Amino acid sequence: MAKRAARAPLDYLGSPAIKGWLAGVFLFLYTPLIILILFSFNDSKANIVWKGFTFKWYVKAFENDQLREALFNSLLIAVVVTAISLVVGALMAFMFWRFRFPFKGALESGMNLPIVVPEICFGVAVLLFFAKIGFPTDLPYPLNLSQIIIAHVAFAFPFVAIVVRARLESFNPELEFAALDLGATPFQALKDVIIPHMRPGLIAGGLLAFTLSLDDFVITFFASGPGTVTFPVKVYSMVRFSVTPEVNAASTIIIVITILATVLALRAQKPVGKES
Amino acid sequence: MRDWREDKRFFWAIMLLPTLWFIAFFVVPMAMVWAYSVGENQGPVDVAITGTFKNYAKAFSPEVLKVMWDSIWISALTTLICLIVGFPVALAMTFADEKQKAWLLLLIMLPFWTNLLIRTYALIAVMRTSGVINNGLEGVHGLLTLVGLPMGSFEPLPLLYNKFAVIVGLVYVHLPFMVLPLYAALDRLDKSLIEASLDLGAGHIQTLLRVVVPLAAPGIAAGLVITFIPALGAYLTPDLLGGPDDLMIASLIERQFKRANDWPFGAALSFILMYITLIFFALRAFVERKGGKVGAH
Repeated sequence: MAKRAARAPLDYLGSPAIKGWLAGVFLFLYTPLIILILFSFNDSKANIVWKGFTFKWYVKAFENDQLREALFNSLLIAVVVTAISLVVGALMAFMFWRFRFPFKGALESGMNLPIVVPEICFGVAVLLFFAKIGFPTDLPYPLNLSQIIIAHVAFAFPFVAIVVRARLESFNPELEFAALDLGATPFQALKDVIIPHMRPGLIAGGLLAFTLSLDDFVITFFASGPGTVTFPVKVYSMVRFSVTPEVNAASTIIIVITILATVLALRAQKPVGKES
Repeated sequence: MRDWREDKRFFWAIMLLPTLWFIAFFVVPMAMVWAYSVGENQGPVDVAITGTFKNYAKAFSPEVLKVMWDSIWISALTTLICLIVGFPVALAMTFADEKQKAWLLLLIMLPFWTNLLIRTYALIAVMRTSGVINNGLEGVHGLLTLVGLPMGSFEPLPLLYNKFAVIVGLVYVHLPFMVLPLYAALDRLDKSLIEASLDLGAGHIQTLLRVVVPLAAPGIAAGLVITFIPALGAYLTPDLLGGPDDLMIASLIERQFKRANDWPFGAALSFILMYITLIFFALRAFVERKGGKVGAH
């Protein structure tokens, strides 16, 4: 009884049972990833027993032309997809936030469909689409990545729009009227008042688009023409056959990139968030 | 909010790009799949859109029904496990202070941001025959034999390439899908109701079941749908962690398009999955509306 009184009744985090549960959940979530990272530094091909520290798998991964190419392709695609999705997504958010127009509700639910549609359904749709419209498959690099980029943008921009729209909802419309009263043109009001307010949403949305694109396997698998390999597709073919420390090293690089991107985005968001 | 007629040119300038992209690269491809789902193979590459329901009928053959049923119970079980595992996490997050909240949220989200293939690969490395778990068990087994216990020879646990592995993998991947909506729902809850229940003599379990769960029902429904739907359509996890008998719908669809080359049947399967998805989201919207009404009383 005395022990129970020591903590507030709603302080579930203080209860030993919940603490143990949380520890178990995080152990489950993180052990595989930590082991993957550890073994990327292991001086043994077998990937089982710790034999000593080495960087050789990183060197090997970088010397593997196909793997390097796939990694570079993935990053290039992700950057282009982020840029396009940001523009298209921000426009979509702005359109639904600012305007009333016929069939708005229907269009809005329709445009959110890419978020809920199972990846496999959209993947085969993209495959069918590019095959039937006769999209050129022999474009020179890097234009041969455009099928993947188009498909990625199609499912990434509604995510960007949701994040940006949520941010726009907190905009005080009086600020825009004030700008207009003080002599700003509508364009200036947009550029100097509304867009700066959208910025945290744009950063978060951009990060989301970047990770969605970098993460995507299924849609890329169906959208990619012959001879275009992205990192997940390459790893997929490697994993099917064996587990090698080279894949561990390449995966660790991707994990580090993802964590850096997340941390940067969180940092970039904070000061702006405090201002408003 | 303004009427579009107030500034037509600006409106068109804004709406053109997103709408066109959506129609050209989402609606048109999906419509093509839908058309194919009522089409027939004619020769190796040609498909005639004949308006037949043959492809849908084919989906009710015993082999396909088995895959569907497997997919459904595997994803349902995954969802249930995610709910049981995720609920205490969401509860702890709700009542943590701001700083702990941010950290817990980050810890839940970080694997979510990490590449799906990498996470699946990491699981393979842990669970395979000579992976970390089996090696650990072998070590324990060796020790026990060493101290003289009659243990027999060590048999590695068959952790990989079966339905167990698929379910573990799906839970691993989809847990954040469950925790986030649960947390969002619990966080909005009026905490004084819980305090009142505890003050009036209900225990923690009773409070949970009779106060927290009913009030958080819309959030729980959201979590269930948001977890179940991607699990049902999952391709990578069952493909890499399951054995040849552990096919799920997505792999079956993929086969029709890549290996079996029966695109109309693949298209029909794909649209069956679409219909299931849409039904569940409609149900969720319904529960949410109902939940809102109950909350307003």
